[in-house]
Amino acid sequence: MSIFSDVPQAPPVAVFKLTADFREDSHPQKVNLGVGAYRTDDSQPWVLPVVKKVERLIVEDDSLNHEYLPILGLPEFRSASSKVALGDDSPAIKENRVGGVQALGGTGALRIGAEFLRRWYNGTNNTATPVYVSAPTWENHNAVFADAGFKDIRPYHYWDAAKRGLDLAGLLDDLEKAPEHSIFVLHACAHNPTGTDPTQEEWKKIAEIMKRRKLFVFFDSAYQGFASGSLEKDAWAIRFFVSEGFELFVAQSFSKNFGLYNERVGNLTVVAQDNENLTRILSQMEKIVRTTWSNPPSQGARIVSKTLNCPELFAEWKGNVKTMADRVLLMRDQLKSKLQALGTPGTWDHITQQIGMFSFTGLNPKQVEYMIKEKHVYLMASGRINMCGLTTKNIDYVAQSIHEAVTKVQ
Amino acid sequence: SFLSTLTQTMKGSHPHHYSPALFLYSSWWGGVQMGPPDPILGVTEAFKRDTNPKKMNLGVGAYRDDQGKPFVLSCVRKAEALIAAKQLDKEYLPIGGLGEFTKACAQLALGADNEVLKSGRSITVQTISGTGSLRIGANFLSRFHGGPRDVYLPKPSWGNHTPIFRDAGMQLKAYRYYDPSTCGFDFKGALDDISKIPEQSVILLHACAHNPTGVDPKPEQWKEIADLVKKRNLLVFFDMAYQGFASGDIDRDAWSVRYFIEQGHNIVLSQSFAKNMGLYGERVGGFTVVCNDADEAKRVESQLKILIRPIYSNPPMNGARIATTILNTPDLRSLWLEEVHGMANRIIKMREQLVAGLKKEGSTHNWQHVIDQIGMFCFTGLKPEQVERLTKEFSVYMTKDGRISMAGVSSGNVGYLAHGIHAVTK
Repeated sequence: MSIFSDVPQAPPVAVFKLTADFREDSHPQKVNLGVGAYRTDDSQPWVLPVVKKVERLIVEDDSLNHEYLPILGLPEFRSASSKVALGDDSPAIKENRVGGVQALGGTGALRIGAEFLRRWYNGTNNTATPVYVSAPTWENHNAVFADAGFKDIRPYHYWDAAKRGLDLAGLLDDLEKAPEHSIFVLHACAHNPTGTDPTQEEWKKIAEIMKRRKLFVFFDSAYQGFASGSLEKDAWAIRFFVSEGFELFVAQSFSKNFGLYNERVGNLTVVAQDNENLTRILSQMEKIVRTTWSNPPSQGARIVSKTLNCPELFAEWKGNVKTMADRVLLMRDQLKSKLQALGTPGTWDHITQQIGMFSFTGLNPKQVEYMIKEKHVYLMASGRINMCGLTTKNIDYVAQSIHEAVTKVQ
Repeated sequence: SFLSTLTQTMKGSHPHHYSPALFLYSSWWGGVQMGPPDPILGVTEAFKRDTNPKKMNLGVGAYRDDQGKPFVLSCVRKAEALIAAKQLDKEYLPIGGLGEFTKACAQLALGADNEVLKSGRSITVQTISGTGSLRIGANFLSRFHGGPRDVYLPKPSWGNHTPIFRDAGMQLKAYRYYDPSTCGFDFKGALDDISKIPEQSVILLHACAHNPTGVDPKPEQWKEIADLVKKRNLLVFFDMAYQGFASGDIDRDAWSVRYFIEQGHNIVLSQSFAKNMGLYGERVGGFTVVCNDADEAKRVESQLKILIRPIYSNPPMNGARIATTILNTPDLRSLWLEEVHGMANRIIKMREQLVAGLKKEGSTHNWQHVIDQIGMFCFTGLKPEQVERLTKEFSVYMTKDGRISMAGVSSGNVGYLAHGIHAVTK
């Protein structure tokens, strides 16, 4: 009798299952609008030119070895990453109260931050502190906080399906009603999966309530630069909250804006009240990291660090990021135009109002099923599409497919 | 006064910031204690601060060449060049890692013709080196193991084992292992303790090159342990961080793992490529579960993915790609085996030279254990006070338990080390 005979089969992660199904599909016009990775207009993955350049430099550098990084990661990477999020002239950085924990992607940063909060926030080992995630949110947020030990994970109002935009009133109401000290996971920009971000005025309202009600700010920043094409613009919310005096966490990912998906490059930026607090926080972060992965992988951090810390490479990177952001904006523009030209029922302004990689089309599950089964256009059951999956070659087919789904299926 | 009342009120209610101008607030983090420095990695920190030109870092287990420099294997450099030429993309790996890697990783440990691999009744996932593997394993046991929550570690064991299992929700116990009177294996003590372990508990075994003592059971002793563990119906967790590094022979070093499987133990296994391929900072490892059949392996795999996804989503590519290229390219594999052999040999030579040096210094102690122990580490038998003296007076850095990393010893400094050890033990 095996000790594992009672282990049940777990369901597959939906987004990866979608890609697996797509791969098996032999239909010549199939389109993958599922997983969130950038594609060129030829539907190819894109290794950023600056990344290729820096990787060559690294391979050719005989002085580099494969020794362990410090537990908290490559120092030059950590400082440069936090700087990218908070700005070169950030007072918080000048005041020496900002620290970084290099982590395995955005996921790793979220997890280390979540573990820390569970151990040290709102008392010690307070697993009852409510954690609020947006409705909807990236599907892994829930599991990250649950596996870190939090018992009470709740949704906050976010997406208004009827008006296809932000449910600001619902959101603000949830902030007002949340127990004090609750943790809120906020998407810094390019909300996943809806692509709908608060405006600056709306962020100000959110910040006011969070400050008054002593709610903890945990930013998830996976798309800085990728959303608008501007690093500064995409970090506005983070920088605003810091300027308002919040102590906060930012889970940064360099998967998308550097195209370094599989090198697992992320950083947890910690903004503390002062250096003394920061020091204690980082010492406890070390303990968490040591039993999770000991120290982080060096390759991706080296690439990002070299790029961010060299003015020419930094400029080149910003150009690469803008290339990606611009292509996405073009596809948004074209998709909307084509749907309007087809006379597809409904309004399609949300396609261009939304920002970043994803768009919440508004297609319902039945319509999504039609898209997949009949048209071989793969998208998430939520109606989320990855704009990067669109190209000038397939956009007509996709627009036509959406048109059919909306008109034929209720 | 108003100000002091305000301060009191604010301190009492842990207020948040109202504006940067109002500095009379308390932080969220006032209650966060300063964490103690890591006992092993803390040694390197102290070493770095020392200005003595003769200082020696015998703390962390990272291999050094005879010039005391980090060693990047030639097979690694060659593999990197091959990979660079391929211009691969950077798309996410599957949650369980690079398929070619996990296959090669399992074959390395179990032997390519192992019945377990042929029948598909095991699952191997790519992990963040050995630590990541142990943690995934610990989390998996915590969630799915129906037996007692106790994990039995050898006494002593790698310092990080305890917090890893603890953070995963398991409890730690120990079985006798090291005999300080002989600086060798306490075989009788181990068997005695193991015979008393409650059924279905988890027992952790170091496959080879025990860390920190360097003391390994002999094959006949492994056989008895395997037998007893089976009688007690214990779940075996093998930690194999030094395959190839111990004896210089990868099959010899994996013998205990293969023997246990042969004897019918469905083990779980952690592997690291940090030392044997010198890929420390690339974080390359594997976690394997040997199951009853392929169906069970599939179910276990699905649950491992559910565990992994909320920690780091999927593992890093770079190191796994290098390891795979080496293992699957015949010339590189041969070169690797040579280089691993070379590293192991240099360590064996240093052990011999240290003992010779101690004799030359006039030491009358029995230092045979330095030669009998195997792998990167040597449990010198030094007491904490002697360790402290060795560090303070000679700038020789090591962990308090008397463990030295032989990898930090070179022909250039072995004489100095012998001198220092003799000075504190005569």
